This record gives sequence, C-alpha cells and structure tokens, in this order.
Amino acid sequence: MGLVAALAIGTGVVIAVARHVPGPGLSPAIASRTPDPKHGAYVAVLGDCVACHTAAGGKPLAGGVAFNTPVGAVWSTNITPDRDHGIGRYSLADFVRLMRQGVRPDGRRVYPAMPYTAFAKVSDEDLQDLFAYLTRSVAPADTADRTGPWPPHWPLAFWNIAFHQDRRFEPDPHLSAQANRGAYLVQGLAHCGTCHTPRGVGFQERDLDGRTNLFLSGARLDGASPVNLRGDAGDGLGRWNEADIVELLATGKSIHSAVLGPMGEVVADSTQHMTPADVEAITVYLKTLGPAPAAEGRATFAASGATLDEIKAGRQTDPGGRIYMDSCAACHHLGGEGAGRSLPSLAGNSVVLASHPDSLIAVILRGDREPGAAAAPSRMAMPPFAWRYDDAEVAALATYMRQAWGNRAPPVRPSQVREARRALGIARSRPPG
Amino acid sequence: MAARNRPVDVVIVGFGWTGAIMAIELAKAGISVLALERGADQDTVPDWAYPKVLDEVAQSARNGLLQNLSKTTVTLRHDKADLALPYRQIGSFKPGTGVGGAGIHWSGVHSRATPEELRLKSHVTQRYGAKFIPEGMQVQDWGVSYDELEPHFDRFEQVCGTSGKAGNLQGVKQAEGNPFEGPRSREYPLPPLKDPPTSVIFAKAARELGFHPFSLPASNASRPYRNPYGCDLGPCNFCGFCSDYGCINYSKASPQTTILPALKAMPNFSYRTHAHVLRINTSADGKTATGVTYVDAQGREVEQPASLVILAAFHLHNVRLMLSSKIGKPYDPETGEGVIGRNFCYQLISSVNTFFDSQTYINQFMGAGGVGQAIEDFNADNFDHGPLGFIGGGVMWGRQTGNGPVRGIPLPEGAPKWGSGWKQAVKDNYLHTGRIEAQMSNMAYRGAFLDLDPTYRDAYGEPLLRMTLDWQDNDLRMSEFFNEKLKATARTMGATSFSGRMLKRGDHWDTRAYQSTHINGGTSMGTDPRTSAVNKYLQSWDVPNLFVLGANVFAHGIGANPTGTVGALAYWAAANIRSTYLRDPGPMVRA
Repeated sequence: MGLVAALAIGTGVVIAVARHVPGPGLSPAIASRTPDPKHGAYVAVLGDCVACHTAAGGKPLAGGVAFNTPVGAVWSTNITPDRDHGIGRYSLADFVRLMRQGVRPDGRRVYPAMPYTAFAKVSDEDLQDLFAYLTRSVAPADTADRTGPWPPHWPLAFWNIAFHQDRRFEPDPHLSAQANRGAYLVQGLAHCGTCHTPRGVGFQERDLDGRTNLFLSGARLDGASPVNLRGDAGDGLGRWNEADIVELLATGKSIHSAVLGPMGEVVADSTQHMTPADVEAITVYLKTLGPAPAAEGRATFAASGATLDEIKAGRQTDPGGRIYMDSCAACHHLGGEGAGRSLPSLAGNSVVLASHPDSLIAVILRGDREPGAAAAPSRMAMPPFAWRYDDAEVAALATYMRQAWGNRAPPVRPSQVREARRALGIARSRPPG
Repeated sequence: MAARNRPVDVVIVGFGWTGAIMAIELAKAGISVLALERGADQDTVPDWAYPKVLDEVAQSARNGLLQNLSKTTVTLRHDKADLALPYRQIGSFKPGTGVGGAGIHWSGVHSRATPEELRLKSHVTQRYGAKFIPEGMQVQDWGVSYDELEPHFDRFEQVCGTSGKAGNLQGVKQAEGNPFEGPRSREYPLPPLKDPPTSVIFAKAARELGFHPFSLPASNASRPYRNPYGCDLGPCNFCGFCSDYGCINYSKASPQTTILPALKAMPNFSYRTHAHVLRINTSADGKTATGVTYVDAQGREVEQPASLVILAAFHLHNVRLMLSSKIGKPYDPETGEGVIGRNFCYQLISSVNTFFDSQTYINQFMGAGGVGQAIEDFNADNFDHGPLGFIGGGVMWGRQTGNGPVRGIPLPEGAPKWGSGWKQAVKDNYLHTGRIEAQMSNMAYRGAFLDLDPTYRDAYGEPLLRMTLDWQDNDLRMSEFFNEKLKATARTMGATSFSGRMLKRGDHWDTRAYQSTHINGGTSMGTDPRTSAVNKYLQSWDVPNLFVLGANVFAHGIGANPTGTVGALAYWAAANIRSTYLRDPGPMVRA
C-alpha cells in the first residue's frame, strides 16, 4: 500500500514537474516599451535563426531541419507568423518562455538542440524586438512542424532542473564594456558554446557562462569537433591576433585557417552580417579567455622546419607522409604552410590539432567548401579523398599531419576513421564522376 | 512553336570570359542579366578536383574540356577554289565548351596588344608609306586606341591576378620588364612567377644576342591573391597541367576563379546551361535585336526576349551567329564588299625543341601555362620592317608549360621511333628537353574569310561555319626571319641539337597539328561600316542593341596572345554600355 502510494505520489510529482509551465521572466517594464522590429531582424542575424530554421529548399524560417541528438532525430520548427503552423498565435510571454525555458505555449518541451540554455542570457529588449521582427516582418509559411513519437519531450523538464540555468547575462566587472558586449553575444545570441563547449553526461554544455575554462574549449558534435576558442597556443586562438579573428568571422577565412562544416553557415548567415563593432566585441571577449584545462591529449604547436628538411633530404618514409605528399602537398605544400587566405595552413591549424580528430577525418573523407562571404565570395573547396584511401591510410595521414611541422597532437586510430565513415555515411568507392 | 521565356534586360550568348565580364559589369548596373551557355556547368571541385583531372588521356588526348565536334564544328579549306571539309578531330585549334568556356583550358599567357597594332594601317602608312602594304592585305585600324583601352587592360589584369613585371610605367622604362610594351598605368598585381630552367637558359641566351627578355605575363598566380571582386586565387605550384586542363588549385585565372563567385551572388543575374543559341532574333526591319532563340537540353526551341543582346560565345560561334541571323552584310571575297566573315586571321607558330646534355636539367614535367621568358624585340613594329619587306611580328619565348608522356615526348632528330631504342632515347632526353617558340601575327587578307558552308550542317540543322585560310607570302617571309632568330637562340642556349616545326615559304596551314586557339577576326571592329562589323564600342553597326565580343572583333592578327586584349575589349565595351548606352540606347557612333 505504501509502495502504491509512493508510486502514485511519485508519478504525480513527475507529471506536475513535466507539466509545470514556468514564467517567462520578463521585466514588467517591457510592457510599456515599443519594440523595434528592425533591430529584431539584426537580433535574428546575431542568433543565426535561419541556419537551423530554414531547410534547404524550404521557405524562410519555416523549420524542418533535422538534428541528430543522442536520443534520436528532432526537427526545427516553423517560426514564421503563420497562425496554425508557426508562432502567429504566440504572445510575447509565450515566445520568451520558449526562448529561455524551452517550453511551448501548449506545455510541450523542445529539445535543447534549440539553444535556449544560451538564449536565456538574452535581454528582454532583444527578445521583444526579435519577436516583433518574426511576427511582423517575416512572411507566414504554412509548413507543418515535423515531430515523431520518439524521442519523448516530457523528460526535458527534469533535464532543465538538472542542467538549465534561466539566468540573464551578467556583465563581468573585470571586463571592459566592449568585452562584456562580446560576452553577452558569445554566451547568448551567438550561442557559440552550443558547438564549442564540451558536453557532459546529460549532453549538457559543461559551462554556460565562462565561469570555468571549459567554456568554448572545443567539443565533439555530430561528426565534427568544433575547435577550441580559448587562448591555447596549440589548438586554440592563442596565436591569433584580433584582426585574424575579425577576418575569419567576416569572411570565413584568415591567414591561419578557413572555417569548416557548419561554421560555414554561421559565417554566411550570421557573423559576416554582424556590425563591425559586434564582431570586434566578440573578438575582444574571446581573447580574454585563458587556456583550456590541461588534459592528456591537449595539443601543442611550435613551428618546426624538421618535417620539410626530412622530405627534402629524401628521408620521408612515414606512410602517412607519403600520402600527404601524393594528395595534399599540391595545395597545402610540403611545409604544411598552405598559402595565405587561399589554401589553409595545416601547421598550427586548430582543426588538425583538435583533441578529437572528427573534423579532420571528416574533411579528409568528404572534403569541404568555404561559405563564400560577400567580402570574399570564392567558395574554394577541398575535394574528397574517401575514395582513395582506406581507414588505416586516412588514420596514418591524419596522424602524420597532427605530428608534422611542429604540430603535436595524439595519433588517430583506424577505428576512429571507420566510425567517422559510418557516421558520415561514406563508403570507400571509386572516384566521383 | 518555340516556348517563350520572360523577357530580360540583357541576354548574353556564351558564358566564358567575355560573357562573365559583361554579366558582372552589367549586373552591377542593376539590370537583369541572363547568360546562356551551350555546355554544362562546371567548377574546380568536383570537375577539376585533384588528382582526377590530371589525366592526360581524358584531357589532352580525348579533349575532355573541348567542343564536341560530333554536334557542331566548322569546315576548313585553304582557298576559295577548294572544297571545304569538316574539322572532325581537334587539331590546330581548341574551342572550349561549358561554363567558363576556353577560359578553363587556356594556358594563362596574359598579354596586351601593342599601341601600334591597334592602328596598324595608319602606323605602317606613316612609317613606310602606303605602298608598303602588299596587294590583297586588308590591314586596318581598330578604331580604339591603346590609351583608351589601357584602364581596361589594367582592369582585366587586376581581376586575373596576372603575374608579371612592368617594362613601361606611365612612359618610364622599367628594368627587367618588356621595354617595348605600351605604357601601363601601374605594375602587375603580382610579381612574376619563378623562372623554370628553360626560361632561365632562354633569357641568358637572349641577352647575349642583344635582345630584351622579360617575364611573360601569366595569369597563373605567383602568390595568393584577392581580386577586386573579392575572389581568391591560390599560388601556382607548377604542376604542369594548364593548357587542356582545369586548374586544380585555384591558380589559373578563369571565370570560375575570378568572377563567378561574386557574380553568382547577385540576385539580378542568372544563367542557363545546355542552352545552344541558334539565332539572334530581330525586328521586322532587321534593325533591332529582340532576343535569341536557343535549343534547350531536351531539344526544345526556346525564345528568350531581351532588350540588349551580347554575343559572347567563342570566336567561331559569334561569327556563325551573325551570319545565320543575317545581321550585317556577309563578306564577298570576289568583290571585297561586306563585313561579316571579313578579315579572318589566325597566328603562326614555329616551335623548336632544344635538347641538352645530361647535366642540364630542364625537368619538363613541371611548369605552368604562362610561365616563361620572352622577347618582343621583333613584335609589332618594334623593329624596322623597311629592309625586311613584311608587315607584322611576333613574340619569341622560352616557356615551360609542363609535359607528360601522353602529350608526347619530343626526341632529337634521328632518334628511334619505337622499341627499346625509343625507350632509351626517352630516358636520355626527357629531363633535358626544352622548347622555344615564335608566335607571329597573321595579317588580314582578301582571300581569308568565314562564311556559311553550303554543304555541311550540324546536329541542329544549321550550316557549319566555313573557314578559308592559308599562310600568305608576307607571313611566311616573317616566319623565315624568325626561324633564324630561333636557331641563333637555340645555339646560344647551348642545345646539343634542336629540331621542330619552323614555317617557311611553301608551307600551308596544317589543320591537324595543334598550334594555338588564337583564331581572330571575322566581325572586325573599326571606324567604317564598310570594312567593320562593329564600331569601336563593339556595337553592331546594323543592330545597335547588339554588342559583339571576342577575338572575332580583332581587325587583324596580333603577335601576342589574344586573351588579355579580348578581356580588355570586353571591359571597354561594358564600361561604355554602362556610361553611355544604357542612358541613351542607340548607335554610339554615327556612321
């Protein structure tokens, strides 16, 4: 009897928690403020709404982009003002609750693939303007949201209790106003940590506001390894000056490297359209971040000519090195230095040096293409090499690159390449075309 | 009944260099621009991805990037008394196809016409007298001056990231540059490429002979480069796969590397591939172009109305379209009247392989399309033609463009042609063989022309363009003059032997052997509608809303490679369309 009662009470608590609809946390003053949809459009750029909410070939902001979470696929939703399929019936409070708590007006939870953990930092004013933009300036689209029975959404209430902090951004008194603006953007709208901060057992970001040096220290996500954005001289931004970072965000490339994978969309849809002041602020803030925690496998870089000397002397016998000379050196050069902004340097490249080699393996297997920003429209591409090399060869090549020219990062195992092929759906096959 | 598309402001026929230049410059004016390309879309990745494109069989032997001659081609003959036969295999010249056109498989040599060439008739008459021009030679002024074109030569070089060293900056001669070039407003955007062995040896010999060697301007980037459209080039790695190939690493300037990334981002621009234009449509009075009709990939005829028509296909197709659209009076070699097809010209090439001893490494496997040392001591009118009695000139160079086994390994005369003897000769010579060449102007003659073939038709039922051309006494005497320079240079270079094709009197145009794709003329530009098809702005005299680009507007052949001049003329035309024509459509020159 006691067990039944306990179960009943427990179930009741679960249901109560799962159904609890929190408040939006809006200041009462917002009611008398006139929203600015034009600024809201810029907030949408800062938040890169379009990257996740516009499907390839779909209507703008009508959702339908798939995300593979550890528990299954979820799809982004229609955030146009369509009254039946979008947010046309939302109040400002409904919208803000969703942005900060991940709870829809009907009480249904959204997966934190929608980065409400970051958006909780965003100010009332910015959210009000964003809401005004989405509901007044965006064309309604009658695209129905895609959902399935799995994964369930109600457990997210408990996930929120465990991992979510519904806290607005707090300026750091030790930082300049400019750096605090950058921190506000990085932690909030730009939600950089969604990809760049390592995740914990509950797939939660292990730091949401930069209190620890885990914040933005590089991660693994969906077949990629978003790089370390902290001050490490090896795999981080330690050797980048502010102008390099500004240039990367504005054009997708710099003298050090070019963006890869989903970061291309971020540049194309968001960072290149940010005001110079905001890009500068982000850069200044990133440069305040100290090195990531020392960990086994954390890469280092100290430029060295030994690799090139070895090649020139004809002493290059490493199988990975041979592959590098055959397939990579034509563009990236024997010294790994690449060429300016056109052909990325591999020496000291944070993708090459990343703790997890997922992005490096992925780019070898399937190649990649630059986003093509307005200021640098060339969408230069690296061709795929999955067809040419087997798992052991790709691993040998990746290992070689991680240990050449002064790069020092742990080796890559063939099993990691095999896993990457499986995750990316890339078989070894004959050359394309 | 042809389907009819929605009208556009501008339709551009052909989407190679000139089409891309005109498209971006006119799209910047805010009007709607549509480019029609008969071939497929293509880009560095995947189409020229490393290492797949470095395939000599697919590209050099089987002409992967070139026009499919089984669909449409030309017929050829030496003289109007001959029967013309179709060009069924790629030989003497290589028309491209697909987005980027011949701008994909070109080598990258990026030169300018000389100031004298652009007003050759006036210049020759002034210096040597009118009688110096032989009977039957139809040399004439282009109607545009070097000074007018200079900003556009410069613009195209800036777009291409051309590597070179100026020899004349605003009239001041520069050491190590080409002292004979017209004045440039500024230095090349990139420094010269590093000289490969052939060029080093050639330059040394040329200096010893009293010539003035300089780095041949090359649109193969010597450094990473961002052009005025924001497009990025990577530095050339001398892989030796330029001519016949798409560049693997964004080094060779092409529409794809230098213009299309910016152009494709413009919302008022669009392009269609597999759109083979059959004709330019005109109003009932024939004085206004109303658009074009093309055949799409499904074989349907489609009408594309437009307010302005730009002919920007390759030379052959531009001339053919003018003839088949019945715009302008066709040239009649009997009377010398008419302009479409008139002054069809080419270039002459004499090519000498230089074989060196086993200690002299040339390493011909590496190189770049445009890299080399050259002299223009004997180009245009840079030397006294008086005692020589011919008109025209050319460029001599020691280039190293890269060579591999399928493209043919030259061997000294007398070497075995097969078997183990041949193999031994290849082994002995491959790393020690260079090449020097003279590329010479072909003047315009009354009997060299283009018209529609009366017999042969293409896959679309249209008559083929017929070429009537042969080398003339003036040109071959010039070639003999150059042959002596080539021999002297080869000897001074220290070649143990040399041999090759050196054109001399009695030789005819060999349509089978590749020499260059530098055919030109046929819709000449000029000052007189009786001798030119387009005015100095490349506007049709007969149909003012039709502009004709390409080497077909050359009034006669030039010594240097044509691409730099073709691009400059396209920028020149675009600038004038924007500044004048769009404000006040109509004839820009009153005849």
